Amino acid sequence: MYDVVVIGCGIVGAAAAFALSRYQLSVAVVERDNDVANGTTKANSAILHAGYDPEPGTLMAALNVEGADMARELCRELDVPYRQCGSLVLAFSPEDEALLQRLLERGRANGVQGLQILGGDEARHREPNLSGEVTAALYAPTAAIVSPWEYALALAETAVVNGVKLYLDAPVTAIEKEDAGYCVVTPETRLRTRYVLNAAGLFADDIHNMAAAPAFSITPDRGEYYLLDNSEGGVVNTVVFQCPTPVGKGTLIAPTVHGNLIVGPNNERPAAREDVATTADGLRQVCELARKSVPDLNLRQSIRNFAGNRSVTEFDDFIIAEANGAPGFVDLAGIKSPGLTAAPAIAKKAVELLASAGLALREKPDFTAHRRRVRFRGLSPARRADIARENSAYGRVICRCETVTEGEILDALRAPIPPRSVDAVKRRCGPGMGRCQGGFCGPRIVELLAKHQGCSPAEILQNTAGTYILTNETKGGTTHV
Amino acid sequence: MTELICIVCPKGCHLLVDEQNDYKVTGQGCARGEQYGKIELQNPTRVITSTVRVSGALHRRCPVKTDRAIPKGLIADAMELLGRVILRAPVKLGQVVCGDVCGTGARFVSTRDMELWEKPDTPE
Amino acid sequence: MYDLIVVGGGPAGLAAAHAAWQKGLRRIRILERDRELGGILNQCIHNGFGLHYFGEELTGPEYAGRFIGMLQKTGVEVSLDTMVLHISQGREVHTVSKAEGCRVLRARAVVLAMGCRERTRGAIAIPGARPAGIFTAGAAQRYVNMEGYMVGRRVVVLGSGDIGLIMARRMTLEGARVLGCVELMPYSGGLNRNIVQCLHDYGIPLYLSHTITEIRGRARVEGVTVMAVDEERNPVPGTEQEFLCDTVLLSVGLIPENELTRGMGVEMDARTGGAAVLESMETSAPGVFACGNVVHVHDLVDFVTAESIRAGEAAARYVLEGDTADKKPVEIQNGPGVTYTVPQRLRPALPEKGVDIFFRVSRIFRDSAVRVTAGDAQIARYRREHLAPGEMERITLPRALLEKAAGQPITISVEEADSQ
Repeated sequence: MYDVVVIGCGIVGAAAAFALSRYQLSVAVVERDNDVANGTTKANSAILHAGYDPEPGTLMAALNVEGADMARELCRELDVPYRQCGSLVLAFSPEDEALLQRLLERGRANGVQGLQILGGDEARHREPNLSGEVTAALYAPTAAIVSPWEYALALAETAVVNGVKLYLDAPVTAIEKEDAGYCVVTPETRLRTRYVLNAAGLFADDIHNMAAAPAFSITPDRGEYYLLDNSEGGVVNTVVFQCPTPVGKGTLIAPTVHGNLIVGPNNERPAAREDVATTADGLRQVCELARKSVPDLNLRQSIRNFAGNRSVTEFDDFIIAEANGAPGFVDLAGIKSPGLTAAPAIAKKAVELLASAGLALREKPDFTAHRRRVRFRGLSPARRADIARENSAYGRVICRCETVTEGEILDALRAPIPPRSVDAVKRRCGPGMGRCQGGFCGPRIVELLAKHQGCSPAEILQNTAGTYILTNETKGGTTHV
Repeated sequence: MTELICIVCPKGCHLLVDEQNDYKVTGQGCARGEQYGKIELQNPTRVITSTVRVSGALHRRCPVKTDRAIPKGLIADAMELLGRVILRAPVKLGQVVCGDVCGTGARFVSTRDMELWEKPDTPE
Repeated sequence: MYDLIVVGGGPAGLAAAHAAWQKGLRRIRILERDRELGGILNQCIHNGFGLHYFGEELTGPEYAGRFIGMLQKTGVEVSLDTMVLHISQGREVHTVSKAEGCRVLRARAVVLAMGCRERTRGAIAIPGARPAGIFTAGAAQRYVNMEGYMVGRRVVVLGSGDIGLIMARRMTLEGARVLGCVELMPYSGGLNRNIVQCLHDYGIPLYLSHTITEIRGRARVEGVTVMAVDEERNPVPGTEQEFLCDTVLLSVGLIPENELTRGMGVEMDARTGGAAVLESMETSAPGVFACGNVVHVHDLVDFVTAESIRAGEAAARYVLEGDTADKKPVEIQNGPGVTYTVPQRLRPALPEKGVDIFFRVSRIFRDSAVRVTAGDAQIARYRREHLAPGEMERITLPRALLEKAAGQPITISVEEADSQ
């Protein structure tokens, strides 16, 4: 019998698992995918917002600002790439400038520090590549960029190290009411638990409806992106937004913690909640919108396009509450932007809700939240020489574009949540993220995974279930079905 | 009259072959091209390159080729033949891998050396 | 201290190192990231290599084998499984390998021969889903030819350059069904002989002036949409064709791999994607030479060899005789019809009898003249029956004619016969 089962291991589920793992509780996380953070968490702008967007008094507002604060410390403790680069919201007209003023006031009401409005020239002085049409900009020094999947992984790994049980490839098919709580049913397991946290992202309404009467429904919005080569990584130094619209924060241009430039998103309706395809029209929209901020944006240096879906419900605010008619079942739903930023604060609030519903919280004396990962690329020549000497696997570079060594890949294979696919390796230590997009290192990663899993390379997946890479051997040999 | 592109060398000369006139060839840039033009419409042949399974080497496949052109129509059979071969390292460049392909007298030969390779100690 | 360090042990590096040894250089080391020499030739199991250089038709591994054999007769040292991380402007080469850890090697001269990488789906922004089953042709080639695994059963190839054509045939011979080769331009980028041997021989249709506008598939590729394009290369509405397939092979361009080059602050040429070089293949950094695909993408390995021998010999001269670079080289400019030349500049006072200038044209030309002018004066003119962007061309300018340019920039241009 578990104390808490968390459904979903995106950033919210991972943060919740991490928060709960501090306490003497038995906690499990069930994740439908074969890896954590494989949904919306890995497909967004990767920004930790300052907090001037949400309406004061909303959960979004409070949790955005609190989460942004918590993130700084968490990323340091857990060795998650993070950079407080600040953000600008650009104004191109008097109407825009009026909106900046409102954002400024809103931000101050939400407790955001350091906000100020710059003139157009001042903005261009900070960001030389900005359009000459910019008349003013709202500068928020506390905005930051992060690696969202590494953030979720770090939180989830730490939770696992501290005793949380993680079930991957475990979609929830039913939730049965029991005397003492619930039974969460997946194809391979039945997990009996006193409490449930619903962090199922795009599927949170389906999960909710398994335990309680429908209370919200998710109609996702999709945003498409360009990811530009490292050579364009310095085009802007801060996150550059345009004025927010009724449907979202608009198209942005930002550096990433990996040295790339991210451009997007637009806003459109996908055909289905799992439809994260990019479209010719959508990409064109992103181009046009982005060029308003930086006219000379060199989109020919794009190395990848992707799209992500946001959990939009009929409610404006986050849904963080015990479900009606389902005591002990807490929804963490409709977590669209600023969800990534708010995540640790959402988790904190979730724990508070569980506590007031009767969950006893006794801290673990041996809770460890210190995590360090070797990143060969970022080491000094002296440090590199040292670790290559200590462990020769750090001497073999597997990914040329990102300088990722065999040692780092082996570290990932032995980590608390080992990767089950080529993309899972990429998310943990980077091979395949660079300009050749895995063309060179791909076969080597497949070989390492196959050796580690003790299977044929033909069984190795690119990403989620069904994403086989190789079909069968040439010249006879086994055939892959 | 048939138009052909000569495949003998990268120049890719445009040939004209007159089937009615003893397969006379015009447009060739060299004697080999003329020869190609003559044969291509009567009995097209190709040099085939492929791979065979090999064990004990750095790679799992060894590249091979036919030591002379064989009739196009026999390509599928030749592929099937190769499927039955498993080499053991070491392999020498030019080593015969498959004799007399489909009765043509042509043989498949290895196109590289492949050393006996000890499995590297990849820690699990 | 090495006399020469060669970065890359493919055809370019092998030829350069061997040539430098032949010219008397002795402390030479090749640094190769793979576990064997040969570079990309190891996976190019098809033939068509060596017709110019050896007068024989060889497969890729055989061609590489010739040079590896020649190298084994010299004292050139080789480091395998070794990655070069950085080269400083002072020619300090930072390497790392499993066997030796991190090392810094110093050299009097360096030859850069890192080859190129493939353009990816992301670089051409093909919309659609991101399922498994999308490969660059070269990555697929490695799986099929060296690891021995098929990458799919029903294939659409995007791009009719040689790699795409070769893989269309290769996949077919291993039992896949190749539904077609889709080419954006109105002409194929590959050699004619490959159109015949790879497409016609196997009944694989070639769709010129077409492109893939969408990739579909949830976990694995399920299909693509192919559309015709107009003169501006824009898809024409109403021309959609759906192909049910499980694999997309991309042969959409090669990009010289110049991260190390840029890290040295060497002057680059945006037209080639490689370093700007003199006729000796020396870059803007003294004692640093470059050759092969890292300078500009070649069609024939025989030309890579010729260029690399030049680089190796020049590197040897540089070390043995000192820096004799003419401080005022002459610029070679691209006139109408020419997209780039290699070299980009040359020294009229050459040790050789003449200079090879390689160039590519901007479109197909029939019956044309390649003109070399200096100012208003024409200093040379060459007739060509057929020129195409996919076929690198070479002209040889005799030294005597070059001296006529008298220090002025030289322009290479192409004119079609009927425009004269």
